[in-house]
Amino acid sequence: MIEVKNITKTYGQGDSETKALEGISFTVKDGEFVAIMGPSGSGKSTLMHILGCLDTPTSGTYLLDGQDVSKFSDNELSEIRSQKIGFIFQSFNLLPRTTVMRNVLLPLVYSALSEKEYELRAKAALLAAGFPENRWYHKSNELSGGQIQRVAIARSLVNNPSVIMADEPTGNLDSKTGDIVMGTFQRLNEEKGSTIILITHEPDIALYADRIIHIKDGNILEDKKNNNRRLIHRDIANDNT
Amino acid sequence: MTIHNLYKETMSALLANKSRSGLTVLGIVIGIASVIIMLAVGTGASNSITSSVSGLGSNLLTVSPGASRGPGSQVSGASGSSQSLTRDDAAAIQEKVSGVKNVSAEVNSQQQVVAKSANTNVSIVGVTSIYPIVHNVSMQEGSFISDKDVTRLARVAVLGPTVSDDLFGVGAEAIGQTVRIKGQDFTVVGITTAKGGSGFQNPDDTVYVPITAAQQMITGNQYVSSISVEVDSVNDLTSVQNGITDLLMKRHHITDTANKDFNILNQQSLSSSLSSITTILTYLLAAIASISLLVGGIGIMNMMLTTVTERTKEIGLRKAIGAKRRDISLQFLAESIALTFTGGIVGVVIGWGVAHIITLTGLLTTSVTAYSVILSVGVSVLIGLVFGYFPARRAAALNPIEALRYE
Repeated sequence: MIEVKNITKTYGQGDSETKALEGISFTVKDGEFVAIMGPSGSGKSTLMHILGCLDTPTSGTYLLDGQDVSKFSDNELSEIRSQKIGFIFQSFNLLPRTTVMRNVLLPLVYSALSEKEYELRAKAALLAAGFPENRWYHKSNELSGGQIQRVAIARSLVNNPSVIMADEPTGNLDSKTGDIVMGTFQRLNEEKGSTIILITHEPDIALYADRIIHIKDGNILEDKKNNNRRLIHRDIANDNT
Repeated sequence: MTIHNLYKETMSALLANKSRSGLTVLGIVIGIASVIIMLAVGTGASNSITSSVSGLGSNLLTVSPGASRGPGSQVSGASGSSQSLTRDDAAAIQEKVSGVKNVSAEVNSQQQVVAKSANTNVSIVGVTSIYPIVHNVSMQEGSFISDKDVTRLARVAVLGPTVSDDLFGVGAEAIGQTVRIKGQDFTVVGITTAKGGSGFQNPDDTVYVPITAAQQMITGNQYVSSISVEVDSVNDLTSVQNGITDLLMKRHHITDTANKDFNILNQQSLSSSLSSITTILTYLLAAIASISLLVGGIGIMNMMLTTVTERTKEIGLRKAIGAKRRDISLQFLAESIALTFTGGIVGVVIGWGVAHIITLTGLLTTSVTAYSVILSVGVSVLIGLVFGYFPARRAAALNPIEALRYE
């Protein structure tokens, strides 16, 4: 459960001061699939960094599962990210020359989990992300674009996060592979009840979510349920190519 | 992060760029190996000097003539140039100073020694029969100068093995042959056992003749060049030295110690001052070698800084998925220590090998001490820590948002 109340973010000081967020409030319930949409410079990246606990707001409160994380220190934020956040980045950021398994279990290395559980959790995450089992021990540079993105999804699931933050996950993909990724999100959202926050500037991609928050110039322009939701056919979502 | 995972991360990071890691390690290998070699050579040289000095006898006092100085003159000549010691002085020391075991009066002279077909320039020592006991000389063949030879001024000579080989050829029978020294014929009666060079004076390259014969036929006066005094116990060295000083001053009618016409050399003080010189030399060599270690350390830092820049995105990712500052700095420190530790181990092995080869060539018996091995490995780890600290801190301080954006 995410509750942001009147958060602002200001960069710089004095004359060069710029306001990236000018007081944003909303709530995301567990199991929601929300798209945060806006053009570049709208403040959506700043919002994503704050929601992902990579940064803290200048003012306002951010309650993540009831805990106010808006004044947390660097190390406390690391701890929160390790426990509650799963990230999927636009450029995937897999470790090169490292096996799929190692890439997926990497977040657990920084958790308090015992080493015995690493592989079990990683296997469960890979299965949930629909990654083909015969390639679990392949090196990450031997994979196709869609497979790389599935590894990134599995990595974001491995710590059983409260929320999955996907930052332009289809930005570097062709539309077919993009569909596979969005289908996987929809399946995870429906089957596992995962909370997903999708950050995108493409209206087409935002249509996959059940709720769309429009951001412009650091303010919420519109926050409404998505009535034209695009659904991906199961067959496509399970296509492992 | 557990040790096991830290190890895994470190290994995969270093093996990802084998040639660069290898070249960086090479800098440390060269540094550590040269430190090990320099310490081994220094210790070996120190050992050989110390052992050759103690081979001269550590309970020996050597009385030699002081600087010559004319009456009332302020100008002193070279030390040892005065003629002040006689065999009577030697006899008096034996008789009157307590704690003295043996006294050997000696006459030294550098002369050309001629045999039938060869000649050589060697040190001639006029001796008494006590000489071999005081100086640890043993006979390979024949006999040494006897008391009878001394009283009769016998023209007999005992040769060191090198002299014998030079004059008569290796393996040739020398006993009974004649050698000519300063126009006088001497019959060879014995050959001493090889002792090996001691650096200052080679006992193998020496000819021994009766002291009386040396005084009459070679130096032409009644003075002696030195008196070697063997002391009962090493603990008595100082008291005996004082006793001899008092006795000789009285005999030579000298009241002020500043004017004394002889010097007493203590083998023990010679040995300790020599070993302190070689120790300083060893540390000097090691200090020069450690410059290459410093250069190697800078190489490590350079590589680690490059690595941090190259892996900015990876660091950003690790931080985003929950790595704390400590996890990141630990990882980079571990990488740099792994590099220097490996370099240290390989360097010790190579240094030990080279030291061993130097020993095999026979130039010098080198000695690799446990101390130098522990020191080198310890220093290499320390270098990893010191030169890895700054890059690791820089990596840990990266902002994850900016690091992830870095292209």
